[in-house]
Amino acid sequence: MKKLLLALLAGLFVVSSARAAGDGIAWDKFPTERVTDVAALQHGAKLFSNYCLNCHAAAYVRFNRLRDIGLTDDQIRDNLILTGAKVGDTMKVALDPKDAKAWFGGVPPDLSLIARSRSAAGKGSGADYIYTYLRTYYRDETKPTGWNNLAFPNVGMPHVLWELQGQQRAVFVDQKDAHDPSKVTHVFKGFEPITPGLMSASEYNLAMADLVAFLDWMSEPGRSDRMRLGVWVLLFLAVFTLIAWRLNAVFWKDIR
Amino acid sequence: MAEMKEAPAGAPVMEQAMTWVDNRFPASKLFKEHMSEYYAPKNFNFWYYFGVLAMVVLVIQIVTGIFLTMHYKPDAAYAFASVEYIMRDVPWGWLVRYMHSTGASAFFVVIYLHMWRGMIYGSYRKPRELIWVFGCAIFLALMAEAFMGYLLPWGQMSFWGAQVIINLFAAIPFIGPDLALLIRGDYVVGDATLNRFFALHVIAVPLVILGLVVAHIIALHEVGSNNPDGIEIKAKKDPKTGIPLDGIAFHPYYTVHDIVGISVFLMLFTAVVFFAPEMGGYFLEFNNFIPADPLKTPLHIAPVWYFTPYYSMLRAVTDPMVNVFVVIVALAAVLAVLKGGLTGKWRGVVLIAAIVAVAMLKFFDAKFWGVVVMGLAVMIMFPLPWLDRSPVKSIRYRPGWNKVLYGLFVVNFLILGYLGIKPPSDVGTLVSQIGTVFYFGFFLLMPWWSRIGEFKPVPDRVVFQPH
Repeated sequence: MKKLLLALLAGLFVVSSARAAGDGIAWDKFPTERVTDVAALQHGAKLFSNYCLNCHAAAYVRFNRLRDIGLTDDQIRDNLILTGAKVGDTMKVALDPKDAKAWFGGVPPDLSLIARSRSAAGKGSGADYIYTYLRTYYRDETKPTGWNNLAFPNVGMPHVLWELQGQQRAVFVDQKDAHDPSKVTHVFKGFEPITPGLMSASEYNLAMADLVAFLDWMSEPGRSDRMRLGVWVLLFLAVFTLIAWRLNAVFWKDIR
Repeated sequence: MAEMKEAPAGAPVMEQAMTWVDNRFPASKLFKEHMSEYYAPKNFNFWYYFGVLAMVVLVIQIVTGIFLTMHYKPDAAYAFASVEYIMRDVPWGWLVRYMHSTGASAFFVVIYLHMWRGMIYGSYRKPRELIWVFGCAIFLALMAEAFMGYLLPWGQMSFWGAQVIINLFAAIPFIGPDLALLIRGDYVVGDATLNRFFALHVIAVPLVILGLVVAHIIALHEVGSNNPDGIEIKAKKDPKTGIPLDGIAFHPYYTVHDIVGISVFLMLFTAVVFFAPEMGGYFLEFNNFIPADPLKTPLHIAPVWYFTPYYSMLRAVTDPMVNVFVVIVALAAVLAVLKGGLTGKWRGVVLIAAIVAVAMLKFFDAKFWGVVVMGLAVMIMFPLPWLDRSPVKSIRYRPGWNKVLYGLFVVNFLILGYLGIKPPSDVGTLVSQIGTVFYFGFFLLMPWWSRIGEFKPVPDRVVFQPH
């Protein structure tokens, strides 16, 4: 029996250790502590409403759910609702899908669940992806919008936040494969600033962390409640298990 | 009419009430037969928890399922949004939904372990063949239930997973395309598919599962449980009471015992529900948080983890693999004719059958044989009671190398499962082909290998250490 269990464990180990990373650029780590920081979430909500909510909807999220991140209905109405929407409405946009197709080549995706759906095993969480994506826009005159992105090559969306970040170009070098000289890969070497933005690089990183924190919160607003409740449920079950175990022992002591 | 019993004069109200009920419905009789006077072997171990755990998960799935249907909309235009509505706006909706989604995976975990228990202790052997057959039918129904339930959230993986699996049916010669059309109710997976899958998922298949579970338990209580020693406890009874010497009343001994197991299981279950409901993308796939889009095919479509061993076997069947099957069929036929001890007439039958089989293998597409292999991989569990010819039931008294073989069977199943999650690769295909041959070899050669080796003497009474 021990051998069988060992074999089972060995099998599981093979399964868990062999999860290979996918391709594309590696994702930066999103500073996850921001998701539980109410001030960061509120800042992220403001950025979201100012820069994203014009084209991207979040059709499963109600404005008044933002009470969960410490805002009052009045604050939400006065600062975050830029349309005639009511505070109990979901975050919809007026952008006509036909126009969107003509302008960007596709309808901008709904952002309610963007942070959950973009996770990839071996690469990182959806928040990691968006955090990388929002910081790796660069000027590329071969593209219709004049912008390209490292995390999402040939992206349809122009760099909406360029005023904040400024403009940058990406430097690539051709690198010969060590084993096969005929194979040349286009390797990213770094960014060069073209024009500065309203924010310094570190300010911009922090702002993006806040925006991603908000997107991550929005993908599952009940997450922190879920975890808090889970601790109590597990504590209850631990006590219950203990009692059940002792009760079992009392009954079974007669069985010889 | 049965004779009316009377409670003695002045008996407590509860006793009078029970007498009144028992004169009209066999409540006390049923409780005695199935609980307080149902004698189970006293030497059950860890593996014997998974039957009751399967019942617990079944109840969780039914109860949470009922609440989900109160808010879910089986309409291609609203399904995805209604699930998010449950997750965000319905009070406690997220909990109900996570319990249901985690319950689906938990169901397969406990069922696989429950089947494994049956395999290592020979619980399917005479007189328990029908318990096993009903159980296999439950497993088959559960697979259908899980597959149809997975379409309902109407995410990208729901849609494309269903698309891929339904297209498999289209590979069946002659009737395939019409069959696929019948399942979908449309030429593509769409609103009609979603509606019929909803109907089957919430009423048809659960009814079948419940009926089979009742049959499974009635059959079990008729013959009594097996145990880790594979000894019939009914063979040694107390001459006075007629109670098996190694048997103890299910209630209270196993009810109180099972409560411990259920409680530990619930800790693991709730740990997933509250702290990792996506389970790293294996219980809830990341892609399924994107609404179904018939115009955008995901790069990599993999079924949920519990189907992947079978999916691997499906993908293993390539044209070279069909040639391997041809060689195996030919060898088996030659062996049967030369060594099978058959009379002249039956030798002819075997030869003709082999020739027909080879002709069909080469005539139909490898894709079709992949579907056949996947189906057979599940169906081969049914005849297990008749494939096993070992003189003892439990692995404890089988030759030592049998333990290695059963261990390899599990490792092989896990490797097949792992490969089914990954995109296809040359090495992966080769490994899954070897794994497929091993999987079927394990079962098909069982009448031969289960008889050989040195068996240990089986004791008269079960092995039990008092705790």
